Amino acid sequence: MELVCPAGGLPALKAAIDNGADWVYLGLRDDTNARNFAGLNFDDAALAEGVRYAHARGRRLVLAVNTYPQAATWRRWTAALERADSAGVDAVIAADPGLMRHAARSHPRLALHLSVQSSATSHEAINFFHEHFGVTRAVLPRVLSLAQVEYVVKNTPVEIEVFGFGGLCVMVEGRCALSAYACGDSPNTFGACSPARAVRWHATPAGLESRLNGVLIDRYAKGESAAYPTLCKGRFEVDGATYYAIEEPASLNALEMLPEFLAIGVRAVKIEGRQRSPAYVAQVTRVWREAIDAACREGARFAPRREWMAALDRNAEGSQHTLGAFSRPWK
Amino acid sequence: MKLERNKDVKLKLAVGPLLYYWPRGRVLEFYAGIAESPVDAVYLGEVVCSRRHEVAFEDWLEIADLLAAHGKEVVLSAQALVEGAGDLKLVRRVTQNGRLRVEANDMGAVRLLAGRPGWVAGPHLNIYNPETLALMAELGATRWVAPVETSRAMLEGVLGARPAGLECELFAWGRLPLAFSARCFTARRFKLQKESCEYRCLGYPDGLPLDTREGEPFLTLNGVQTQSARVYNLINQIASLREAGVDVLRVSPQSEGTVEALRAWRAACDGAPAPVTDAANDCDGFWRGRPGLERS
Repeated sequence: MELVCPAGGLPALKAAIDNGADWVYLGLRDDTNARNFAGLNFDDAALAEGVRYAHARGRRLVLAVNTYPQAATWRRWTAALERADSAGVDAVIAADPGLMRHAARSHPRLALHLSVQSSATSHEAINFFHEHFGVTRAVLPRVLSLAQVEYVVKNTPVEIEVFGFGGLCVMVEGRCALSAYACGDSPNTFGACSPARAVRWHATPAGLESRLNGVLIDRYAKGESAAYPTLCKGRFEVDGATYYAIEEPASLNALEMLPEFLAIGVRAVKIEGRQRSPAYVAQVTRVWREAIDAACREGARFAPRREWMAALDRNAEGSQHTLGAFSRPWK
Repeated sequence: MKLERNKDVKLKLAVGPLLYYWPRGRVLEFYAGIAESPVDAVYLGEVVCSRRHEVAFEDWLEIADLLAAHGKEVVLSAQALVEGAGDLKLVRRVTQNGRLRVEANDMGAVRLLAGRPGWVAGPHLNIYNPETLALMAELGATRWVAPVETSRAMLEGVLGARPAGLECELFAWGRLPLAFSARCFTARRFKLQKESCEYRCLGYPDGLPLDTREGEPFLTLNGVQTQSARVYNLINQIASLREAGVDVLRVSPQSEGTVEALRAWRAACDGAPAPVTDAANDCDGFWRGRPGLERS
C-alpha cells in the first residue's frame, strides 16, 4: 500500500520524501488547484527542484489540477498540464472531464488520477473516467463506509486511494456551493472554501465573533477556543437549539483501519494538508509510514501504537479525531 | 443575429424534481395541480435520499402518465449522491426505465446513459466549460442544466460553443440545493442516526430552517442536502437570461405557491411586467456573479 502525502512548498515536499512518502501531491500557485491559498504552492522552479528531489530517491509526484476551468480561464488549466508534463511530474489529479480529455490526448505521458472533487462515489462513475480518459487511480470522496469502499474496489480496474488522515469535509467534495453562496468563492470554481479575505473577527460584549462575508459563523464565550470560521463548522440555531448543526471541528484519523484497507485492496492512503507546515508533514508522514509497514508485516495482529496516536493527535485540527465516514456511528 | 433569434424563442418553464419529503397524498395532489399549470416540462423522482419511500417508483411512472396526458414533457431524475449497491440499483432503474427521458446527476448515470441520445445533463454534474459540455453532447445529452452557482458570464462562456440542438436550463426559482453530504443533518438535529431517522424530513415540507446565532436565516437543512434559506428568484432577470441563451427555466417545488409562481413566471416570460419580489427572503447573487445570498 502506498502513502500519498501533501506539500504546500519545497520544505514540506522534502519532509514528506525524507519520512517515507511514496507519492507527494502538490499544486501550482493559482486557482487551478483546490488549495488556492496565499503564500502556498509551487512555481516552475520549485516544481523542477521537487521533481529532481523526488526522482533521485525513487518517489513520485502528482500535481493537483483539480478545480473546474471555465471558458475564460481554460488556458490556465491546460497550461498547468503543460507545466506538469515539461517539469517531469509523474501524474496529475483532475476532476473536470473536458480537461481530462485534453490531458489524455495531449499529455499521454502523464498518468491521470481522479480527484475527490469529481464526486465519483460509485464504480460506475469511476469506470466512466477510466473508459474515457484512461484514469488509473481514483481518490474516493470522504463519504463512503468501509463496506462501500470495498464494493467500489471489487468493481473497478482503477486503483483506489482513500483519505487516511487530516481535515474533513462533511460535504461531498465537488458537491458543495456553500462557500459560493456565502462569499462568492467556492472550491469548484476558485479552489478555496471560506477564504481568509472574507473572514472578520470582532470582540463583542456577547463574545468573540467570527464572520464570513458578514454572516455570523460562530461566537465564543470566554475560555472557549476559537476555530477558523469554515462555514460548515460553525454553531447555528435550528428549531430552538444552538449547536454544531452541520459538522464539529474534528479531523479524520483512520490509522486503526489499516488492516481493513489492506484486506479490501485499497491501493493508497492519502494524508490531507497541503496548507499545513513542513513539521506537520514530517511527523504525520513518519507515523503513517511506520504504521503501513507494520500493518503489512503484522496483518490482523496489527494494533496502532500509543506513540503514533499521540503524535497524530498533536497534529489534528481541533484536537479531536474521528473515523469519518468509514465507520458510521451517526449513520 | 443571436439576439434576434433569442427574442423569438419562447422560454420554456420546467418544474424541477421535488427535493423535500412529503406524504404520498400531498405529492399526488401537488402534481395534479402541476398538470393544470402553465409548465412545459416536469422532472420527477427522488434525487436527495434513498430512504424516502412515500412515493414508489411505480407511483412516479403513474404521475408521469398523468402529466404526459396533459401535454407535459416528463423527465425522470436520478439520485445525485450514489453510495453503494442499493443506490446504484435505483439509478439503474431510472436510467433503464425504457420510456421516459432521464436526468443524470452523477457520472455513474452518465456512463449508463452514454450513447443513448436525448438525456439531460443535470445540475449536479459540474459542467463549467464548453469542452465538458461538448463531451456530454457527444454522449447523447440534449439538454444541460447549469450548476446552481452559474453566473451570466460563466453561462455565456459555456454556450460560446453550444453543441447543435442542445438546450440550456437554469435553476431560476426556489431554495438553492447547495450541497450534499453522506451525513443527514435533519437526523442530527434530533440526535438520531441516519439509518433510524424516523423520517423526520416528513415534518418539514420546506426543509428545516438554520439561522445564525443572531437569528438571521442562513441555510435550510433537507436531510443529506443543504439548501439556501433564501429563495433564489431570477424573475426580474428574464431579459438577461434570454440574451445569455437560456431556453428552459427551472422552478423548484415549494410546499406553498408553486403553481402561483409558475403562472407569474409564464406571464413574465411572455412579456408581462415582472412582479414585485420579496426583498427579505429572495436572492439572485449567483446570476450576477456575486455571492449567492445577495440580491439586487
